[in-house]
Amino acid sequence: MRDFWSGSAGRTISLVLVVVALMALWEAAVRIGDIKAFLLPAPSVVLQSIAQKPLWYLQHAYQTLVETFLGFAFAVFFGILIAICIVYSRVLEHSLYTFLVTMNAVPKIAIAPLFVVWLGTGLEPKVAVAALVAIFPIVIDTVQGLRSVEPAMLDLARSLRGSPLKVLWKIRAPCALPSVFAGLKVGISLAFIGAIVGEFISSQGGLGYVVVTSQSNFETAQMFAAILILALLSLLLFNLIELSEHLLLPWHVSRRRERRPAGH
Amino acid sequence: MRSMASRVVEFAAKPQVGAPLISARGVGKVFRSRRDSVVALDGIDLDVRDGEFISILGPSGCGKSTLLRCIGGLEPVTSGQLSLEGKRITEPPADAGFVFQQDLLLDWRSVISNVLLPAEFRGYRLDDWKERAHSLLATLGLQDAESRHPWELSGGMRQRVAICRSLLLDPRLLLMDEPFGALDAITRDELNMELERIWERTAKTILLITHSISEAVFLSDRVMVMSKNPGRIAEIIDIDLPRPRTLDIRETAQFTAYQRRLRSIFESLGIMRRSAP
Repeated sequence: MRDFWSGSAGRTISLVLVVVALMALWEAAVRIGDIKAFLLPAPSVVLQSIAQKPLWYLQHAYQTLVETFLGFAFAVFFGILIAICIVYSRVLEHSLYTFLVTMNAVPKIAIAPLFVVWLGTGLEPKVAVAALVAIFPIVIDTVQGLRSVEPAMLDLARSLRGSPLKVLWKIRAPCALPSVFAGLKVGISLAFIGAIVGEFISSQGGLGYVVVTSQSNFETAQMFAAILILALLSLLLFNLIELSEHLLLPWHVSRRRERRPAGH
Repeated sequence: MRSMASRVVEFAAKPQVGAPLISARGVGKVFRSRRDSVVALDGIDLDVRDGEFISILGPSGCGKSTLLRCIGGLEPVTSGQLSLEGKRITEPPADAGFVFQQDLLLDWRSVISNVLLPAEFRGYRLDDWKERAHSLLATLGLQDAESRHPWELSGGMRQRVAICRSLLLDPRLLLMDEPFGALDAITRDELNMELERIWERTAKTILLITHSISEAVFLSDRVMVMSKNPGRIAEIIDIDLPRPRTLDIRETAQFTAYQRRLRSIFESLGIMRRSAP
């Protein structure tokens, strides 16, 4: 935990400096070039828009986040369940897994309008799109993780004469966790995109809805504000997963940094 | 370097070296793939007596690990008879402990919980085994590392934990597959000493795979030399050195004579050359 913050502190500061510099450049360009606000609003105007109605933005952000979390939760639950079934069943591996890998190549966003037909214009179609796009990387990475357990580790498990369930729960699953987390990181970002796309198609709320309505009303500053909030939330979600990885898998994180304490 | 064991683990009394525990008759193992088949073991005849320390010595690829895996029930034999206490080996025996080349510790568990793993897998009550786990760790000088995690330990300490884990259920048979191969020379010497002490105090039958001639001579009652392509027993020699043994014994004339003899077996097999051509 401690090195998570201290190690990234230097990087965070330089990142903030770059962002501030770019904003200043942007602000200067808009003012000097006298660019119309509906084409490219200055950062100050965008921030003003947020400052004027923070609660309104918060409400929409909340809706998008709820859709993302629900979709992600479905994807995690069913994704991991499906992955376990695939790893333990030859038949499912040949049928379902091959099918899923093939389906992964299909642009799933294109299916989103179909969910509106099936599920209406409420929360459900957005959750469904979020879950659909997020489940693929979770299944694929979990399968990968469960499969790539070292053969020697499985020898140990056999030599201990444990039941298959114990082997799965006490050895295979923890061994697969780093790989599962790789899937979760991709999954959460995709779930967020899925929720926004769902809102694009039809909705009465959410930041995706704000972007689309702002566009039709030429309220470009509001659109930029929504995009800015979306970007920040996306970063936040990703880091949330990363943080839970740090807390849950300290051994994996330490190995990834290839920092091993010296022996006795 | 390290203090000696502070506590001594209680083990069953050591019986006389006697009746064969493991018996192999014409054991062969062929690995078949779609294209070709590789003979890993061919015509292995061996009796391992109860309470004996036997090393299997050979070049890489001679099938010594395969033989151990067959005895450990991790690999079926393709011909011949292989039995433990007269019963054909078809699965990992309940009364055997394994130490592998890698320590295979579970990084998400503390040291003590790694040691308790065999009891946990059998569904035993862990409280009944904690005392023994503590003593084993203390015997190997790990009493202060119990609540640490494997990724915080050095390679030598990790392999010590793996040895404790293999000893938890007090198995009669200990199967060790090059357990010290990845360690530095000093740590290796230390662990050789500790293994010797464990064997002295307990009634265990130990099978050790190694490619170190001096390790094999130091620890064993008998050294079995294997040749490769196919994996066969080239020779079995008795090591008649007094016990308990300490590292000093390696400087004695007797010890070096055994080493020389084993080396000459390798030379006669064409595995080692006396000098560069």
